[in-house]
Amino acid sequence: MASNANVFKEYENRIPLQIIEDVKSNLPDKVTAKQLKEIMEEVAEEYSTSLIEPGESVGIVSAESIGEPGTQMTLNTFHFAGVAEMNVTVGLPRIIEILDGRKNIKTPMMEIYLKEPYSKGKDIKKISQSIKQTTLKDLTLEVVVDISEFKVEFTIDLKKKELLDIKDKQLIAVLSKNFRNHTIKQDKDKVIIKPKEKSSNLSDVYKIKDKAKGIFIAGIKRISQVLPVRKDEEFVIITAGSNLKEVLKLDFVDPSRTVTNDIFEIQEILGIEAARQAIINEVYKVIESQGLNVDIRHIMLVADTMCYRGKIRGITRYGVVSEKSSVLARASFETPIRHIINASLVGEIDRLTSVVENVMLNQPIPVGTGLPDLVTKMK
Amino acid sequence: MSEVFLNGKFIGTTDNPKSFVDNLIEHRRKGKIHYSINILYDTILNQVHIESSKGRAVRPLIVVKNSKPLLTDKHLEQLEKSEITFSDLVAQGVIEYLDAMEEENALVAFFENEITEKHTHLEILPLVMLGLCTSLVPFANFNQSTRLNAGSKNQKQALGLYVTNFLIRMDMDVNILYTPQLPIVQTVMHNYSEYEKHPAGQNVIVAVLSFDGYNMEDAILVNKGSIERGFSRSSYYRPVITEELRYSGGLTDEISVPDKDVKGYKSEHDYRFLEEDGIIYPEAKVVEGDVIIGKTSPPRFLSSLDEYNLTTSSRRETSMAIKHGEKGVVDFVLVTENEEGNKLVQVRLRDERVPEIGDKFTSRHGQKGVVGMIIPSEDMPFSSSGIVPDILFNPHGIPSRMTMAHLIEMLGGKVGALNGRFIDGTAFDAESTQSLREELHKLGFRENGVETFYNGRTGEQYQAKIYAGNMYYLKLKHMVANKVHARARGPIQLLTRQPTEGRAKEGGLRLGEMEKDTFVAHGTSLLLKERFDSDRTVVPLCEKCGLIAVHDEYKNRSYCPICGDNVEISNIELSYAFKLMLDELKSLGVYPKVKLKEKF
Repeated sequence: MASNANVFKEYENRIPLQIIEDVKSNLPDKVTAKQLKEIMEEVAEEYSTSLIEPGESVGIVSAESIGEPGTQMTLNTFHFAGVAEMNVTVGLPRIIEILDGRKNIKTPMMEIYLKEPYSKGKDIKKISQSIKQTTLKDLTLEVVVDISEFKVEFTIDLKKKELLDIKDKQLIAVLSKNFRNHTIKQDKDKVIIKPKEKSSNLSDVYKIKDKAKGIFIAGIKRISQVLPVRKDEEFVIITAGSNLKEVLKLDFVDPSRTVTNDIFEIQEILGIEAARQAIINEVYKVIESQGLNVDIRHIMLVADTMCYRGKIRGITRYGVVSEKSSVLARASFETPIRHIINASLVGEIDRLTSVVENVMLNQPIPVGTGLPDLVTKMK
Repeated sequence: MSEVFLNGKFIGTTDNPKSFVDNLIEHRRKGKIHYSINILYDTILNQVHIESSKGRAVRPLIVVKNSKPLLTDKHLEQLEKSEITFSDLVAQGVIEYLDAMEEENALVAFFENEITEKHTHLEILPLVMLGLCTSLVPFANFNQSTRLNAGSKNQKQALGLYVTNFLIRMDMDVNILYTPQLPIVQTVMHNYSEYEKHPAGQNVIVAVLSFDGYNMEDAILVNKGSIERGFSRSSYYRPVITEELRYSGGLTDEISVPDKDVKGYKSEHDYRFLEEDGIIYPEAKVVEGDVIIGKTSPPRFLSSLDEYNLTTSSRRETSMAIKHGEKGVVDFVLVTENEEGNKLVQVRLRDERVPEIGDKFTSRHGQKGVVGMIIPSEDMPFSSSGIVPDILFNPHGIPSRMTMAHLIEMLGGKVGALNGRFIDGTAFDAESTQSLREELHKLGFRENGVETFYNGRTGEQYQAKIYAGNMYYLKLKHMVANKVHARARGPIQLLTRQPTEGRAKEGGLRLGEMEKDTFVAHGTSLLLKERFDSDRTVVPLCEKCGLIAVHDEYKNRSYCPICGDNVEISNIELSYAFKLMLDELKSLGVYPKVKLKEKF
């Protein structure tokens, strides 16, 4: 067996370690070193033929491979799915959203996986409700603005309060923290907010009402809807609104599987590699859901382009395109005048190293047959 | 209490909307208010709407009262004897016009025997729910609605006899079909619209089979013999118009044979058809480039020097000539005056159009297709009775489109042709397929319309029986002769030196941005460069300042207008569009300095 290890060692520089590991785990029990050598030779051969040739226009091929089915997507699909409150952006708008690297996506969403007893359905309703962001407005049945007494009176939904497990003390504490110069009184299901100093301005009392309504009391911020669903033998909570950081802190949440569709949140909390994978997953999910077939490596290339700088940059004139080295290439994309003027101010030099510039000058482009150059000077 | 609106504006209220509306309608039927006014009682919103505005589509219906239509046999008798007209029936309140709004209050029976006590109106004819063109489609109720839409759209593009005085008209871009016919399978609308005065198609024998693959993808095959016998021959008419314009300073255009010293003189050959008056003679056969009306104009800008030297030599040539890719025969010459009193010359060109590959044809069921091949008569399949079809229609066009009427028309046409009568194919009221089949059977044919056919080349009998019959086919105005275009070399634009665009300018077919991307994707870098060589130029470049230098052909040396003679100047190859961009940048105050480097 020692000789087998040597054989593997020999190939470590020729093929990726992952492939060697795969071979190791799939190897039959009795293999001689000679046989293994033959196998590895075959594997190395296969690996080298699978490599992309130098000078292959991977970018254009990816763009065409994603763009061609993309044109069909605009024509024959629904761009939103689900009911009014719990809808999800799908289809082309979603792809544009991801590739543009938009910070505020239209429909942030989380899929929260749970740990053992809860994933089987224990207290599912209660824990899902506890995640949901609750403001005073959500707890209130009725608001009365008393102009003569100069106070605002909230009638609290006691049943809901019970379900969310909110204590009176907690409620009062939150309110008094937000309304420092006010007296907060509670009487059974009534909560009364009254300013300590009497103001003559009527609009102040309305301001109190509006402010109080939005006060965050319990749950997790930005999670506006929760929906526990069954997903192959286990319960998963799907939410509208996303707050990965807070959700991962909860002890009933399985942090290894819980995901959000907000790529920037993933970048912030889990890092750029996770964000790259998230881009791939999200784009691929859309393409798959439309019944289209795009090789995942095209999407990987796009995700790599967006992430290789260590932070997500969209495929826009502010993102990836702004970092192109060629003035002409940038100018030919969008806002040409801005690029030309800025370039002229600093005396930028375009070294004509990429495709677009060379097409403009009618020079051979440095891909494919235009790539090879003569190294030796002929005399 | 309900609100009353007139043309959408609130005008008052009524406590008894039902009787108010009934009363108003009764008044309309008696002719006390205009027949085009419509009244609706909206029971859901409890509102009364009265409409008298323009632009509403209204349609006539027979009024039904107490389950009896008001239109009686007596009326019909009177109508037949021309004692009364349709408008008399409207005045009597027998027929009234409903718009889409008032139809909400009406229950319309299709046929008289369907009337119940709930019905308020009776359809005059189910056909009236269709438009003019759609009601010309025979057996229309056997077709899918989308096909009827397509079919009626196609009929509007058909060549026919659009007016009878076309010989004295100067219409732009019109066609006249040589031997138009009435369809064998008709609808009542052919009668009412006086279709015999402006027919638009021809009856042909159609066999449904594929042949050599030349009729795939909706193409049709045409018998060469049929074309030689005059099938779908037509004339294309197009006028060439010009006038003698007057300019300031008493200068005018002059319609005459241009002098040889005129600026832009073409060649003597191009003017050969012009008579002394500078206008071509009728029946001259003209081709591309030939001058039809000779004309010269005064110079565009009079410089101070020219004012003293007004010779003919400074005049410009502005003749009307045949454009690229066109040909024809001069049909008619008209010399007249326009409103401003300027001399106006109109010359009508005629071009005979014989069906050729690529011309578009259609039946009346949205089954359009282009001619894929013209088959010699002797190669065409023929039936056991020796009939050679005019058109071979591909059966694959039928299943997905479900145009049953297309097939029924063939059957009807066959019966009509064999029996020497017209077939009534009015939608919802046509002759039954069953009776047509029986009639065909009595005539000695298979009742389902198929026949034994033989291969025209080998004489072998086809294994399958071929469905064949008579159909009305229309030639559509889209003809290849108006559209064919190809170019290898040709004119270029002045500004960019790139090829011109469009057929009229003998333009190139653009290899666009996305097409370019395919070359990049294939890595065919040098092929891409070659394709974009259309505006390739070689310019001298000053290596000191990086700007484009000047080459003096006379002294055969290059110099830089900025740096002078003592600088290195190299010739570089680039696209003219890029050179143009450099110039434009310079005009913007941006200095585009080109640095050169040894390539090898």
